[in-house]
This record gives sequence, C-alpha cells and structure tokens, in this order.
Amino acid sequence: MAEILEIRWHGRGGQGTVTAAKVFADACLSGGRYVQAFPEYGPERSGAPLRAYNRVSSGELRMHCPVLKPNIVAVVDATLLDSINVMDGAPDDALVLVNSAKDPKEIRERLKAKPSQKVFTVDATKIAVDCIGRAMPNSPMVGSLAKISGVVGLDQILEDVQKSFGKKFSQKIIDGNLEAVKRGYGEVKEG
Amino acid sequence: MGQNGKRVVAVTGNEAVAEAMRQINPDVCAAYPITPATDIMQRFTSFVSNGKVKTEMVLVESEHSAMSACVGASAAGGRVATATSSQGLALMWEILFIASGTRLPIVMSLVNRALSAPLNIHGDHSDGMGARDCGWIQLWSENAQESYDNMIQAFRIAEHMDIRMPAMVCLDGFIISHSIERMEYLDDETVKNFAGEFKTTNPLLDIENPVSYGPLILTDYYMEYRRAHAEVMSKVSKVVLDVAKDFEKISGRKYGLFETYRLEDAEIGLVVLNSAAGTSKDVVDEFRNRGIKAGLLKPRLYRPFPYEEIGEALKHLKAVCVLDRADAFGASYGPLFMDIASGVYPHKNGPLLINKIYGLGGRDYLPEHAETVLAELAEIAKTGKVKTLREYIGVRE
Repeated sequence: MAEILEIRWHGRGGQGTVTAAKVFADACLSGGRYVQAFPEYGPERSGAPLRAYNRVSSGELRMHCPVLKPNIVAVVDATLLDSINVMDGAPDDALVLVNSAKDPKEIRERLKAKPSQKVFTVDATKIAVDCIGRAMPNSPMVGSLAKISGVVGLDQILEDVQKSFGKKFSQKIIDGNLEAVKRGYGEVKEG
Repeated sequence: MGQNGKRVVAVTGNEAVAEAMRQINPDVCAAYPITPATDIMQRFTSFVSNGKVKTEMVLVESEHSAMSACVGASAAGGRVATATSSQGLALMWEILFIASGTRLPIVMSLVNRALSAPLNIHGDHSDGMGARDCGWIQLWSENAQESYDNMIQAFRIAEHMDIRMPAMVCLDGFIISHSIERMEYLDDETVKNFAGEFKTTNPLLDIENPVSYGPLILTDYYMEYRRAHAEVMSKVSKVVLDVAKDFEKISGRKYGLFETYRLEDAEIGLVVLNSAAGTSKDVVDEFRNRGIKAGLLKPRLYRPFPYEEIGEALKHLKAVCVLDRADAFGASYGPLFMDIASGVYPHKNGPLLINKIYGLGGRDYLPEHAETVLAELAEIAKTGKVKTLREYIGVRE
C-alpha cells in the first residue's frame, strides 16, 4: 500500500479551518495524487472546537473514517491547547504546527512533545490581520503546512487559493490571502 | 481537461451527484431541502438559475409533495430527478409505491441518514432499508466516484424500455456527501450521449392519445398487476449489467451487481454496504499480508437483490460476517443479513454467518472494528463454532 499522509486540524468554528483543509487537498491533487478533506460535523457554532482531516496519497484512498494517528497536527487556535489534547494518537515522528506568537520551544514544552516529534509555530493570526485586516488564520496556516509537509509547493498552493477564493471574494481579499499564504510559508519556525 | 475530456477534481459526494444531474439535464426536478441531501439541490437550483440546465425546478412545501410532483411530471412524459434523506424519504413513502406501481422512471439520490427519534442528522442506512421493498431499484455507492457513476447509470437503467421503474442511488450522509475526495468527471457530451434522449411511454400530455393513470384495480386484477411488477424486477439485473458494460466503455470503470474484493480464494469474508466497504478493504489487505485469506463483498444493486449470484459468490467461504448499518427492531437480524442469508441458504455447505450492527446515527466505523470482526471470523473458520450470531459493535453497553 502507498504511503498515506494524514493530517488532523484543530480549530474553532468561523476560523476557516474547513476551507483550509479543502484548499490544501485541492493543491495536493497535482501530480495525480489522491486526496481527502473532511470535517467532523457537530452542531455548527461559531467558536466551538472542531476538527477537520486530510489524507494525501499516491494510491487510492479507501478509508472513510477519522484520522486517529495524524502525521501532522495543525492547531489553528492555540486556546484549544487548554482544553484538548491535540497530541492524541500522534506517532513519535509527528509534526505539530501551532498558530502562536510564542517561541516553538515554549509550545514544545506545553505540548509535552517527544524529542522525536517536531514542533513548529507561526503567528498566523498576526499575519492575517496584517494582510487581510481580519483574524482569519487559515491562509497563513495553509502556507506553513505546505512548507513543513513538503508535499506541495508554494506556487501550487497560491494557485489553489486564487481558484477557491476567486469565486467568492474581491480581488483585494484574494491578494491579501495570497500574501498571507506566502508569509505563512516563509515565517514558520521550528523549535 | 485531461485525457478523453475527463476532469480530475476534488469534490464532495453531494457536489458529484449535482454535477451528474447537471450533465443529465432532466426536464423536471421537484425537491424539498433536508440535511444532508440539501446541498445537492442547493447546487442544482443554482444550475437552474444560472441557465446551465433547462430543468423546470419545482420547489414544494414537503417531500410528500416533492415526490407527488415528480410522479405528475413523469406521467406527463418528462425525465425527472430529485434527492432526499431520512425523514424526507419517510414522508415520501406513500408516493414511492405510486411511482413504482405506475412504472415511472424517476431517479432519486438518497443521501443515507438516520431516522428520528432521537433527531440525528448523520449517516446510517435506516432510511434506505425502510424503502427497500417499495418497488424501486436501489443502487448503493461507496464513495463520491461511485455516487456520480451510479447516478448517471441509474437514468439508463430506470428508463430502459424493459424496465421503466424508478431508481434510487444511495450514498452515506456526511461520510461521503460532505467529504471532499479525488474523483473523475466525464465530459458533458459523453454523459449526454450515454444517457440518450428520453423516451416517453403513454405520456399524459399527449392529448391526441388520452390515457388514464392510477386506476382502481380490485380483486380482479390487482394480483396480476403486482405479479407483473415482480416480473419486471427480475429483468433488472441484466439491464444493470448491460448498462455497466456501456459505462465501462466511456469511463474505464467496471461495475457489476456487487463488488468482490479478494473473495475468489477467501475463507472468511465481510459483507458490507457503502463507505464502510472502503475502510474494510484496507483491513482485508492487512489480514492477507498476515497470510489470512480474507475477502469482501459489497452489494451494489440492492433491489432487486441478486440472491443467486451473491449465494454463488459466497458459497465457498467458511465464515462470513454481514455488517448492517441499520437495525430491524423485533427482527432477529439486520436487513442486509436477512438478504445475504437467503442467498446463501440453498448452499448446503455454505459459510457460517454472523451479523454485526454498526455505525448507527453516524457512529464511526473504524479499522479496528473490521479487525475484531475478521479475527472472530478466523476463529469461527478454525473451530466451526459460532459464539454470538448477532451483536452490536462500537457501542457502550
């Protein structure tokens, strides 16, 4: 069976986490890969914790169940670290990306990550405020995820953000998001 | 555009069904929104508003009315489609029989969802199972690709001149309807040519040749009428296979009455519908890697049920577990189990059967569930002894 990359997103309703998973899946389609993107549906409330998932593989994806052992955990809202064990099921070689202004070393301690697990931070909320004028951290998160996962290039992600945002938003918002993706790609820190 | 005009996309199951409907471009569509099928009609009505289809869209006040309008439009001589889920299908129930009894080739996608009470919007098969004996053809789909492919083939099957029966295409609510995955779209022209021109039979709108629909038939001929319905159903399998052959020519994808996965030399096997089949196949592979001869059978044409063919496909196994994503209160077993048992029954040395009820109200079906069941089957195959014929899995007791 082909290698499968599994990602688990943790966010809150209204932060664009589901859109982020969708954009990431779309971008990974290139090169003939198989992708999945699906949220865990509960009562839809702004601010409520939610999870979303991605799978990416060169082989057909037949699994239709939540990701329980994520290769990558992406935390869109760091306040969730107080209430949810985001490391649940993460294997020893997992990568963790957290939207935070803090140093990745501090987050590493907070997560009690194993030495073999890699921890990354990016101040996605600040980047979003700078670029879009709103605290919508999903675009910078997608940029950072592209960087740390290495499965998709920056150009591909930018193309897909353009495509999926192009239908709904003004050029100013699209440009802001493209800039946010680029900065997310460039500013992610490992610790 | 890729090869042969095929497009590789990452879309939800609902998006895929709506796209199939756009490409088929039915004459009339009557619908009422219900989660998780709402999204299909939301997309399709925007195709109507944007002039992408020439469909007459009828927005009604209930599913009972939706199916009633579909019956009227179909009897009038149109190609008709709709979509629903759960309570919506339950409310249509009375009219489902009128559609099939009147031989109206309506095509409906059923996004499978649990029934109330308690209120639950998630995927299970209670709705479709409740309508399995209403005279409609039922095709079940594992993923977005199969939902799209089945939807396109359903028009050809339902409208076939030997059949002229309504057909529903089932897909798992949320698990498939709201999950994005990679699939391939055919191009518009190919789908249009495959579906062909809609042929009318005794249309109400042909005022030169007036006909009556829905007559009263009492003890004199009702039983002959019902017997004739059963006769038509007996011809469906052949048409499904013929249509599948044609579909393979345009898509490269093979379909049968059911799918077998590593079943030919298997000793133990799972029988499971829809999305859980995919998860199970990965676990079947793991067991094969360990040298255990596991396999899987996934029904596609569930009504009419191909009893003989499925019995033949399973008869050489030692132990089989039928997984039901619906309960049948007061019955001994789940609905799929009862059909599989009927298919296996004529084979004296057929497999030992067990039944598990799983995934009600969208409860996750995980690889570990398939692992536990296959391990139990391996034990049954070894000892010839069944401990529990039927039980629930993934439940707190």
